[in-house]
Amino acid sequence: MNMNWYKFSAPSAFYPLAGKLIPWFWALAALFGTVGLWLGLVVAPIDFQQGEGYRIIFVHVGASWMSMFIYVVMAFWAAIGLAFNTRLSGMMTAALAPTGALFTFLALWTGAFWGKPMWGAWWVWDARLTSELILLFLYIGFIALTRAIDDPRRADKAGAVLALVGVINIPIIYFSVKWWNTLHQGASVSLSKGSSMAALMLWAMLLCALAMWMYTIAVSLIRVRGIILERERHTEWVKALLLQNAAAKPMIAPIAQREAK
Amino acid sequence: MSVVLHIIARDLRLALRRPADLASVLFFFIIVASLFPLGVGPEADLLRRLAPGVLWVGALLATMLSLPRMFADDFHDGALEQLALSPHPLGLIVLGKTLAHWLVSGLPLAALAPLLGLQFDLPVDTLLILSASILLGTPALSGIGAIGAALTLGLRGGGVLLSLLVLPLYIPVLIFGAGAVDASMNGINPHAHLFLLAALTVGGVVFAPFAAAAALKIALE
Amino acid sequence: MYWNSFSDFLHMGGYGLYVWGSFGMTALVMVAEPLLARRQHRLIAQRLRRQLRAEAKPDRAGEAA
Repeated sequence: MNMNWYKFSAPSAFYPLAGKLIPWFWALAALFGTVGLWLGLVVAPIDFQQGEGYRIIFVHVGASWMSMFIYVVMAFWAAIGLAFNTRLSGMMTAALAPTGALFTFLALWTGAFWGKPMWGAWWVWDARLTSELILLFLYIGFIALTRAIDDPRRADKAGAVLALVGVINIPIIYFSVKWWNTLHQGASVSLSKGSSMAALMLWAMLLCALAMWMYTIAVSLIRVRGIILERERHTEWVKALLLQNAAAKPMIAPIAQREAK
Repeated sequence: MSVVLHIIARDLRLALRRPADLASVLFFFIIVASLFPLGVGPEADLLRRLAPGVLWVGALLATMLSLPRMFADDFHDGALEQLALSPHPLGLIVLGKTLAHWLVSGLPLAALAPLLGLQFDLPVDTLLILSASILLGTPALSGIGAIGAALTLGLRGGGVLLSLLVLPLYIPVLIFGAGAVDASMNGINPHAHLFLLAALTVGGVVFAPFAAAAALKIALE
Repeated sequence: MYWNSFSDFLHMGGYGLYVWGSFGMTALVMVAEPLLARRQHRLIAQRLRRQLRAEAKPDRAGEAA
């Protein structure tokens, strides 16, 4: 097992492996997503306190979990990259960041659409919402820094330092925002207001979150494949791969075009 | 330890050779703080309520102004490379530069803040807390800022990028700093805020230089 | 099945805008992102292939110029 991991940490071995894995993760994401949405939107009954509006949590909870989880995974790859100087870990961190930023955006967006009917405002300075906003800033900072550096090795390492500094700071930021919030907020507003969730709703929520997890893996594998090609373009295996695809393409493309017409 | 003192003395000497840079940080603080009353109106009650946040945000931005210079000059004339090659740990050298940065930004800002507090009609004991909170909090800003300055060293558009990286990390300092002033104004004991601010500063000054040193090594490679 | 009719389902007990606004944006992002990522991958491969061909025939590239 150890041998395998080591072998696949080489980009030349990981590129085809990722290509084979992507359809499987899509299939899992579609399966979990379909069942989760079916349970959440069609089968589950109305919530007693929040009416039908509670159904937003089926996307909101998954998106917020992923937004935080992805940052932790990025920090994990960053630590591996700095400790063992592996090339692939930097590419994984770079591939995950946009997805993490998008999930953070979705968490904020769905949070706003939940907050408007429940709290009466699109935005409140709740501790969780505020921390989520700051998390979005951290993602944007990471992406901006790594894009500003031309040398990919330096970009990876600088990004890794930033991701680690960020992950250490996230709890500090969260607790300071929470403290700030309790000082300033008169009426307490909370997402977990009493309602004990029925098992069915919990399952729907977990399945939706799982679908987002599988989705994240699939989309970051797509992105990492692009990054691998770009970074490894001077190696023989990438050249061979590109030429081999070029030979195959003209055969397929005209047929596909004809069928489209 | 002597390395740290040596670096502080060296950086201070270099900074004093350019008094205009030092003054522009202070004037930036003054101008930002003076813009707010012009924006929101001169009612004393409103200004007093805004003062902690406005003055702290102003101080935050002012310390950030001089961050790009922290390593850039030494980077361009090659002195940084020599420092990195010296037998002393780079973390200690960065610590020295962090403290020097605080001496020319945070310290004068803390001295100036009570004057600006007067513009916002703050009571006298609150002015003292304002000054104390800036004194206690700004070393953490210099420490965190050093990481950002090291990461963006030599990059195009480094200044804007630096603020993008550093400002989110400044938020806890802002919350406790402005919170201390706010508490003192409302007759609440601000000690809890000040202790937390001190804790952030200790953390920032002890750990940040090593992260910044790692970032510097990456930039110098 | 919880719903009586499809319009009930769309109406969401008065929360239609909020529920479908959330699900719609999520769906939009989760459809657009993979398409963009795949397009990026294809563009990178195309560009590299073009560069590779240009390098492989330096003399002809010189003639054309």
